[in-house]
Amino acid sequence: MALPLARSGRRDPLNPRKSTTLLIVMIVYALYTLIPLVWLLFSSTKTQAGLFSSFGLWFADDVAFIDNLVATFSYRDGIFLRWLGNTLLYVVVGAGGATLLATMAGYGLAKFRFPGRRAVFAIVLGAVAVPGTALAVPTFLLFSELGLTNTPWAVIIPSLISPFGLYLIWVFASESVPTELLEAARLDGAGELRTFFTVSIRLLAPGIVTVALFTVVATWNNYFLPLIMLSDPDWYPLTVGLNQWSAQAIGAGSQPIYNLVIMGSLLTIIPIVIAFLLLQRFWQSGLTAGSVKQ
Amino acid sequence: MKHLPPRARRRALAAFAAGAVAAITLAGCSAGDTAGGGAVGGDGSFDAVEAALEKGGEITYWSWTPSAEAQVAAFEKEYPNVTVNLVNAGTNNEEYTKLQNAIKAGSGAPDVVQIEYYAFPQFALTDAFVDLSQYGFADFEDDYTASTWNSVTDGDAVYGLPQDSGPMALFYNKAVFDAAGVAVPTTWDEYYEAAKAIHAANPNAYITNDTGDAGFATSMIWQAGGQPFQTDGTDVTIDLQDAGTKTWTENWNRLVSEGLVSPTSSWSDEWFRGLGDGSIATLVIGAWMPGNLMSGAPDGAGDWRVAPMPTYDGTPASAENGGGGQAVTTQSKNPALAAGFLWWLNNSEESISIFLESGGFPSTTAELSSEEFLSEAPEYFGGQKINEVLADAANNVVTGWSYLPYQVYANSIFGDTVGQAYQNRTDLNDGLTDWQDALVEYGNAQGFTVNK
Amino acid sequence: MTTHTISTAPPPSRGRRREKLDWKGWAFVGPFMVVFALVFLTPLAYALYLSFFQEKLIGGTSFVGLDNYVRALTDPQFWESFGRVLLFLVVQVPIMLALALAAALALDSARLRGASFFRILIFLPYAVPAVVAVLMWGYIYGDQFGLTSNINDLLGVDAITPFAKEWMLVSIGNIVTWEFVGYNMLIFYSSLKTIPSEMYEAAALDGAGAWRTIFSIKVPSVRGALVIATIFSIIGSFQLFNEPNILRPLAPNVITTFYTPNMYAYNLSFAGQQFNYAATIAIIMGVITAVIAYVVQLRGSASEVR
Repeated sequence: MALPLARSGRRDPLNPRKSTTLLIVMIVYALYTLIPLVWLLFSSTKTQAGLFSSFGLWFADDVAFIDNLVATFSYRDGIFLRWLGNTLLYVVVGAGGATLLATMAGYGLAKFRFPGRRAVFAIVLGAVAVPGTALAVPTFLLFSELGLTNTPWAVIIPSLISPFGLYLIWVFASESVPTELLEAARLDGAGELRTFFTVSIRLLAPGIVTVALFTVVATWNNYFLPLIMLSDPDWYPLTVGLNQWSAQAIGAGSQPIYNLVIMGSLLTIIPIVIAFLLLQRFWQSGLTAGSVKQ
Repeated sequence: MKHLPPRARRRALAAFAAGAVAAITLAGCSAGDTAGGGAVGGDGSFDAVEAALEKGGEITYWSWTPSAEAQVAAFEKEYPNVTVNLVNAGTNNEEYTKLQNAIKAGSGAPDVVQIEYYAFPQFALTDAFVDLSQYGFADFEDDYTASTWNSVTDGDAVYGLPQDSGPMALFYNKAVFDAAGVAVPTTWDEYYEAAKAIHAANPNAYITNDTGDAGFATSMIWQAGGQPFQTDGTDVTIDLQDAGTKTWTENWNRLVSEGLVSPTSSWSDEWFRGLGDGSIATLVIGAWMPGNLMSGAPDGAGDWRVAPMPTYDGTPASAENGGGGQAVTTQSKNPALAAGFLWWLNNSEESISIFLESGGFPSTTAELSSEEFLSEAPEYFGGQKINEVLADAANNVVTGWSYLPYQVYANSIFGDTVGQAYQNRTDLNDGLTDWQDALVEYGNAQGFTVNK
Repeated sequence: MTTHTISTAPPPSRGRRREKLDWKGWAFVGPFMVVFALVFLTPLAYALYLSFFQEKLIGGTSFVGLDNYVRALTDPQFWESFGRVLLFLVVQVPIMLALALAAALALDSARLRGASFFRILIFLPYAVPAVVAVLMWGYIYGDQFGLTSNINDLLGVDAITPFAKEWMLVSIGNIVTWEFVGYNMLIFYSSLKTIPSEMYEAAALDGAGAWRTIFSIKVPSVRGALVIATIFSIIGSFQLFNEPNILRPLAPNVITTFYTPNMYAYNLSFAGQQFNYAATIAIIMGVITAVIAYVVQLRGSASEVR
């Protein structure tokens, strides 16, 4: 396997020498990524007064991390916890549903030649190209007519569509679910749905996990449509709730709670990090997705 | 041109969509109700309201005031048959957006809703609020200051009850003034001189901040005697270059163009910081500010004082800045009960005292002249009897002001027009002219007759 | 578990099989399309319908035909906002995708110590909600007390002014890039992971160096991912809304209500109650975006996914 050393770094192509330059470049980029998050971390330890009087990238005189933590969870009878619960509901049902719908649809596009097939993706992409904010009002009016506004369904139903997830599974299924396997199953007399759930899903696993991760992040961070659809804070997801806390600083009778907004923001990020760490194992096992072979 | 009435149109679309999604379970949904009628149930007397309070029921109340929770609790104790759902649907514009959406959709609006004074005309015009004179609310006129009552009424119609008021005064940081050796200004010319002195003494300090704020600008024009917005039914006249407006711009232009006002946006965390550490030395703002200073700028405790607003010729004059009240929406299914809650909220001793405790500034003449109120001497203001100054300001509010029937929209494009003058440090009059042009165009497009 | 293919997947079945497979596909695509119809197509149809009418505060609704479209096409505010997102698109998208590709290549190169650590670090900003991201960068950009002011004080001069008119788009572009490099990096990275090791061995035997490997093997293989990432980035750029909207209170005069077309439509709808005109703007933007996305797709992929 080893080649004559004509140039530095050209040894075993699968186990080349580690590059220090690369490491340095990546560290610089990582710093860029981290600085705002580091600010968030330091700020979460400060009281509101401390926020205003200290340097952003270091501690203030008082360390109030636990106080902020307790205050965030107990403010207004623990509405933060309620928002957390809401967000979990929206994510589990919304992202779960989105992943399921995208997987089924992508699989259908890849493995079945049905009439209207070519049009499907074009239509999906075309609809997504229209700016969402102007669709918000028609959607609101529509949902209002159906009696869905100010309910969890108003948040969940729109989040069930993941065009990118559709594309991803479509390509993935084309690559990694061999038609012969499906044929064999059919010959054995298995129905299409049965085949899908017993055979194909296992093959699609890494792709499904990718789509799951993206939809989890998207539904966790969903902000705009819930803002329009919900008027009762009891149903807010975390993003909208934090926005409300942030807006509390404004106007007569305002009660700024910057320290809670910051601690809340920190708490909002952590579950996603955990989700990523848990799901990334699946990439180790031979991820095949996303590329269109020439 | 025949077309389906809006509701039928939406029903048709909904039927199409519903058919398409028959497979989806719509648990817990109920078909949207038809818009609740602004029931004419009153004969000009308060009896219907009292009866409704006795009978009881359930109503929804949208408010963002910090005192709302305590007020609702006290109300429910007094009237045990009534349940009030308090919802914080967002602060001003956010709440107005939701209200507008609900009105357009025909359902989802609360029974009682908090509205700032500048937004009252807009909603009143579009029949979003119940005329409370049918319940005898016209009798409450004398309980409130003239300007706040004027803001919630239109001719004989009463669209709400005032809750707080915001007569403007000069809040100043005494420590900064003393350090710079400047006396407290009583006229705008003195204010300008003070601005120069303070900024010269410390380049990081400014006499005040202003990045362009519609509420502030309109209040300043108000104080200067301008009446740029006149409405008569659907006839609107806009003149943002009238004498009063020009008086203000002449004064304010020099402050902006010479860089004497801080480029910090109000209500940002940097703003609170500046108030606390003295880099913003004064605020010309409504009387509700003390509560905000105490909670948002604790570092400034003891340094701040209140003085009457500077004027152009030395005679006392003030204007309202912010403040609002509540109204009953026409979507309410129980308007008499909602009116009862509104009455208790803004007209009963108990409710008003809860409101005052949370730092609000009253709009009722009784409170404004009460001994107890006037003798309050908060430590934050070094023991000064600030309410004496502020109540005085309430009495000196210039009369004759009115807002546009689309003021919410007007304020939203202030930054696009007048804001550019602030940004580029050019003549405010040009920015105001741009604003006027945009407002005239919008008004005419919306069916009003503007400047014709 | 997965099949590695270098050439295209097995040819599609032909003949009798084709008819047999025909309608079953709808059973799988059906649920997605049903929800899609409710959530996208119906509001879209309604928006289209709205764009032919005009509703006034005084006087109700009336049919106005193409008036709204004429107004939009001659509206200087609309074209200003369009020009702005176009500029944004042309500068920010290539930079962001280049960074993402470079990061993906670096992570895939096996020449990096602690690759999995960097992988999650780079992905992290994507996990941050826009509201929070703007909060954090708002602090850094703050020219009174923020990090920027500290740097300016150090240098003694007003070197960095993120909220100045000339720099605002750059400041926003920075936030968007920060947020989305990780997302795009992941797309490219997972695409790179599909390249079978045999290709690398073959290249090494042929004497290809590291850079040659990158340009001849890796980059062509992610072409499909590049195309789709570009398309979604284009759509995202044309729909730029969250970041400028949340930043607006910090710089209300620089970020106007019509800073981007999406903001324009939003403010028309919610501040001005001009739903019809907002719908018109949205439809026009949608058409332009779709056309450009289609063109990119045509030029980008040599072969369509069958």
